[in-house]
Amino acid sequence: MNAALPRWADLILLPLINLLLALGLTALIVLATGSDPVAALTALAVGSLGSADAIGYTLYYATNMAFTGLAVAVAFQGGLFNIGAEGQAYLAGLGVALAALNLEFLPPALLVPLAILAGAGFGAFWAAIPGWLQAKRGSHIVITTIMFNFLAASLMVYLIVNVLIAPGSMSPETRRFTTAADLPGLASFGFPSSAPVNLALVLALLAAGGVWLLIWRTPWGYALRVMGESPEVARYAGIDQGRMTVLVMALSGALAGGVAVNELLGAQHKLLLGFTGGYGFTGIAVALMGRNHPGGVLLSALLFGALTQGGAEMAFEVPDVPSEIVVLIQGLVILFAGALGNMLRPGLSRLLQRKPA
Amino acid sequence: MEGFDLIPILAATLRVATPLLLAALAGLFSERSGIIDVGLEGKMLVAAFAAAAAASVSGNVFLGLLAGIGASCLLGLVHAYACVTLRGSQVVSGMAINIVASGLTATLALAWFSMGGQTPPLPASARFLPITLPGSEALAGVPVLGRVYAALIGGQTALVYLALLLVPLSAWVLYRSRFGLRLRACGEHPAAIDTAGISVARLRYAGVLIASVLCGVAGAYIATAQGAGFQRDMIAGRGYIALAAMILGGWRPWPILLACLAFGLLDAVAIRLQGVVLPGIGAFPVQAIQALPYLLTVVLLAGFVGRAIPPKASGTPYVKER
Repeated sequence: MNAALPRWADLILLPLINLLLALGLTALIVLATGSDPVAALTALAVGSLGSADAIGYTLYYATNMAFTGLAVAVAFQGGLFNIGAEGQAYLAGLGVALAALNLEFLPPALLVPLAILAGAGFGAFWAAIPGWLQAKRGSHIVITTIMFNFLAASLMVYLIVNVLIAPGSMSPETRRFTTAADLPGLASFGFPSSAPVNLALVLALLAAGGVWLLIWRTPWGYALRVMGESPEVARYAGIDQGRMTVLVMALSGALAGGVAVNELLGAQHKLLLGFTGGYGFTGIAVALMGRNHPGGVLLSALLFGALTQGGAEMAFEVPDVPSEIVVLIQGLVILFAGALGNMLRPGLSRLLQRKPA
Repeated sequence: MEGFDLIPILAATLRVATPLLLAALAGLFSERSGIIDVGLEGKMLVAAFAAAAAASVSGNVFLGLLAGIGASCLLGLVHAYACVTLRGSQVVSGMAINIVASGLTATLALAWFSMGGQTPPLPASARFLPITLPGSEALAGVPVLGRVYAALIGGQTALVYLALLLVPLSAWVLYRSRFGLRLRACGEHPAAIDTAGISVARLRYAGVLIASVLCGVAGAYIATAQGAGFQRDMIAGRGYIALAAMILGGWRPWPILLACLAFGLLDAVAIRLQGVVLPGIGAFPVQAIQALPYLLTVVLLAGFVGRAIPPKASGTPYVKER
């Protein structure tokens, strides 16, 4: 089953084929519902990349997905499967909101970084607990992070509805943050001010660069990859795996907290119920498509951002196709690129070896 | 606290616990064979949609049930193919199934029924209805017993009884039958099964398919017995609570029943406590009760209270020795 593939095929060709399989199957389903798949795909492409406004939205969604994709990818490098990015991003929202609501007297240059740090800290804390539980108590990180998603949801519903809600408000959300906490939009880069893309995009790019440096250019990153490849070798080399597990989970949770920064400081300017909108789960698809590499994660985040924005537009243009079809595409990508990843490998390998190099 | 009547609460407990029980037993068979199943939620969702759609079109609730089981089994086959044949990651496959199910059902529901992602509300004839046990009227005059017989023991849908019967049946299959012994061995030490000349792959496919059938029944129950039609993402995390119940039950049928009943009771009580004001605390934090199953699972898995030990080989693909 471990048929060797050339590097370019493993990194580019195979993910592309898997993506095409997912899109092809989606087209078949669209056809089965009686709509025109070509019209749907056209609406999707125009809706996501057809105007500066559309690109602004695409990049805004892509920012969320880059953060959660990086979160999942970093944990994967250490052999850990973090399904909890959703809950970690949710908790990070609490940190962001607490800072933005309580430190209003600070100037923007202090308030924004503090709010970002608070978000990252809360996200890191919520992820470090499952990490610690796996390292010290042996509970499976997948199950614990699933449970922590639900715990985060219950906790946040309670806090937003009963404690943080704006006085006199009927809708479950806090009052608007002070404008000093607003992340500036990217109007100076030519995006219309209506598009919600903001400085968090730059943060996501920096985070991707930082993750690359950390994982491929530091001893700590090397130790992490050794642990991911072979826990036995890591133990033999004297790597403290318990400590690594807690640290890499904290890093993963802090990265997931970027969603709260982009959503709350960049676009919504208040804490509201369910602002994480499933980006934590999309992050799994993004990381798998991007081969758990920061560069790949950025590219696939862009792809999924375009799909999300295009899907919303498509739902307007093609009546019988809902925007949820994007969720279907995401699921199929996880299925083909992740679970069924070994399906095409032997065939492709045989095909490539027959050709003279 | 007037009107805090025990019998409706217990009856609600049974109704809420039934889909949890079915799904938790599903997880039990899958994990006992060595395949982790975080896709319970997705299989139930697809089954709920297929059952509601088929029952709505045909008007026959049993066709709905069959369609639900069929749809769930299709996803189960994908899961088994990915995990057993291709030896892919079982957790990734389960998550993929959950996300595919969410997107697929929403898409098909809108396209086929054009009702904003729902199926048309089912008439009583296309649903599982509460069964009135014979003699309910004769016993109606007896003080406590009459009501217990009519509203708790009776007055449930057929699938509730089916789920309860499946507990002793599962216990018998797992611990008293040859198939069960082999299935458990497959989840603990597949190499032994292989040495005995029995196919590990076939046993694991069987475990996943049994799980799919049970998830199908659970989904059909939610859409055509508890509810009256399909709504978007209507499983609402019950697949994960079932996973929690399976873990709390230590991968054994009878303790799983207890865990499901406890979760059902929590849910039934939480609904009645909504808006109740406690002296000194204020409005009762219903979220605390809703979070309890997840918290208990975390605590138990971490071994702070008792210890939850999963089947030893669950999660690891079996590679034949060469």
